[in-house]
Amino acid sequence: MNTALTGILQILSPGVLLLMLGGTVIGLVAGALPGISATMAVALLVPFTFSMPAISGLALLGAIYMSAIYGGCFSAILINTPGTPSSIGTCFDGYPMARQGRGQQAIIVATVASVLGGLFGVAALAFLAPPLANVALKFGPPEYFWVAIFGLTIIATLCSKSLIKGIMGGLLGLLISTIGIAPIGGDVRFTFHTPALQGGVELVGTLIGLFCLPEVLSMILDGSRTYETVDVKQSKGVFGTTFRQVLAQPMNLLTSSVIGTVVGIIPGAGGSIANLVAYNEAMRSSKHPEKFGTGIIDGVIATETANNATVGGGLIPLLTLGVPGTPVDAVIYAGLLIHGLRPGAELFTRFADVTYGFIFSLFIATLMMLPVGLLLGTALHKLVSKLSIRILAPSIMFLSIIGSYAIRNNIMDVWVMLICGVIGFMLKMLKVDPAPVVLGLILGPLAEAGLVQGLLMGRASGMGWRLFFTRPVSLLLLAMSVFSLVWPIISAQIRRRRAKEVGTGA
Amino acid sequence: MRLARVLVPVVILSLVALMFGQVVAAAGFPEKPITYMICFDPGGESDITARLQQKYLEDVLKTKVVITYKVGGGGAVGWSELIRSKPDGYTIAGDNLPHTILQPMQRGDAGYTTEQLKRVYCFESTPCALVVKKDSPFKTLDDFIAFAKKNPGAVTLGGSGSWTANHLGTIELEKAAGVKLTYIPFTGSGSATPALLGGHVTGLMTYTTMAAQQLDKFRILAVAAPKRSAVFPDAPTFRELGYDIVEGAYRGVSVPPNTPDNIVKILADAFEKVNKNPEFAKKMAELAFDLEFMGPAEYTKFIQTRKAYYTDLLKDMDIKQ
Repeated sequence: MNTALTGILQILSPGVLLLMLGGTVIGLVAGALPGISATMAVALLVPFTFSMPAISGLALLGAIYMSAIYGGCFSAILINTPGTPSSIGTCFDGYPMARQGRGQQAIIVATVASVLGGLFGVAALAFLAPPLANVALKFGPPEYFWVAIFGLTIIATLCSKSLIKGIMGGLLGLLISTIGIAPIGGDVRFTFHTPALQGGVELVGTLIGLFCLPEVLSMILDGSRTYETVDVKQSKGVFGTTFRQVLAQPMNLLTSSVIGTVVGIIPGAGGSIANLVAYNEAMRSSKHPEKFGTGIIDGVIATETANNATVGGGLIPLLTLGVPGTPVDAVIYAGLLIHGLRPGAELFTRFADVTYGFIFSLFIATLMMLPVGLLLGTALHKLVSKLSIRILAPSIMFLSIIGSYAIRNNIMDVWVMLICGVIGFMLKMLKVDPAPVVLGLILGPLAEAGLVQGLLMGRASGMGWRLFFTRPVSLLLLAMSVFSLVWPIISAQIRRRRAKEVGTGA
Repeated sequence: MRLARVLVPVVILSLVALMFGQVVAAAGFPEKPITYMICFDPGGESDITARLQQKYLEDVLKTKVVITYKVGGGGAVGWSELIRSKPDGYTIAGDNLPHTILQPMQRGDAGYTTEQLKRVYCFESTPCALVVKKDSPFKTLDDFIAFAKKNPGAVTLGGSGSWTANHLGTIELEKAAGVKLTYIPFTGSGSATPALLGGHVTGLMTYTTMAAQQLDKFRILAVAAPKRSAVFPDAPTFRELGYDIVEGAYRGVSVPPNTPDNIVKILADAFEKVNKNPEFAKKMAELAFDLEFMGPAEYTKFIQTRKAYYTDLLKDMDIKQ
């Protein structure tokens, strides 16, 4: 315990705190810019940590990681573009809020939720790491297949108005995800003799195209001069009221934190899946699910709590087992190895000062996001809402092109983004939600790898496809999928019947 | 007239500069930052090595070395861009074996051919290692082979991707020992590790670097290297146990085709100097990388030998040639 305390004291030195403050700002900016993911931001800073003591370097990387995941909410709320894939669901309610002149409120909600979710995940890491780490190992290929299927069932909730359109979108996403080299077997698929397409279609470019471009186009076509459709005077004390509104949803905060932490622990998943699962759950358990997507704070609370909870969750299997929970963790892993720190039991005994110092630094970094995020968020909101559409629209276009190129330095991704923009605009006119397309794109590779690996395992064990229906965790996920699929249909029927009763009663 | 008087010398000078451009460029090479392209995700073996090399390379070359990522298609996206880049030595890319041999072989059109990558230097290798969990009933390679012989196809081996060193190592083991194994490809060496820790596969055909990260939980049955690793000297090689298997991933750097030889030499010398830096070598050894010292000619020749070997090995298999 004494060694843990030395680590904590090292974090509290002014130099390290200043470093973390810098990291928080870098992370926020990187997260807010679509095209610079949390992974990239951390990877770029890793070499700078070589010359630092291990603990300062890790504190810097941790601060960037935490705040980059949070920073994605700014562009999601202000321009309907998730800055990182962890903020996809934040667009659904955050952006309508901003257009209604409640952008500042949305940013405050996202900030408070991110901080609370982040703290929850780190607390799980600090106190429950060893028992929770074993959860990660329960997930083999068949389980990943079912996780992906469960993820796809979210479409039923998201698109309860028109399930057919939702399923069409999901299938389109799955189809797009097959472009490139097959994850298993290495076959070349749908590349049309374009070498650059061997890498498949990049998620971020697709996100920008599907979510952002249609908005920019309709801003221009609407002929509106200002960004906010209604003129709202900023009321004083908006922080206090909003803060209380967030805290008034303890169940939403708790479930979203748990979802984020657990999804973070499962290797290979991460914020991109966690935020959508949390949104789904918040909508499912809500008393007024029909209001989701119109600009209510419940949705923003769910996604932003969950994605920051994945940070602590993802570090659990990394620090205890040497298994990165999320792509960013893989980069932090490299940082650890280069500093001679090998994940595992040793990290909590011989290097307890560094490990507990690092965990403690994540607490501090999460708290730092509150003032830094509010300042930066308010400034950004002011900038976007004051600008005339004539300046705003081309600026967003410019950033979209830069962003989709920057993610992989691949000009092909810019074309993909533009094509997705056209598709997205058509989908918007047809009133088809782009979210299922993205879900299909994220979950397709996970489902495919899980299915083929599981079938190979099944063949080796002589069980064949029955392997998918005999493992306990698989069965649990299967049950969850069925429930998630059927619930929106049942609950809609119950509501309809009740409405009828009320109607006949009166 | 006056215009012509100015233009003519300018045109002539430009032509001269163009003709001697390569020579002139080489004389002062490098004069500006060098872009070092990594074709795999940050955090992987290629990235870790490049990040460690960066500082020392900058010291030797006296210029900035900028690491960029061009990820996708198991490296093919980056390599097909490299061969289309300017052949002036300012764009270099990490290249990997057997990837750059097998991708053009198996995919038909990978966007590049093995020979289009002009090899500069091969600086490291990570041999394959056959590992099981510490609590596995297989204490030795003999136990493992005996079980696999009795239960054809029942033994599952996880590894990184299809047609990779891990995959080929498994095929070579099948041939050498006369057994049938089930190889399960994962999306990277990192994601195969939890499959073994969780008991979802019997073992892994992985790299020594991955095995070194899990020494407390893994048992190494055999290493596919010519000699034992310094990090785990107790683990035998396949050759010692009677199976002639040497397989692994080799990493080096390449430049676009037609890059002048003198520039290639400057780059190769720089990478060799970095490899011979004791501080660098110590860090690499800790991470269980084996250093290699193959210059341009030797590396190219090595690739020819490997290509012939793989063509032979995969002759009977269902693979496009």
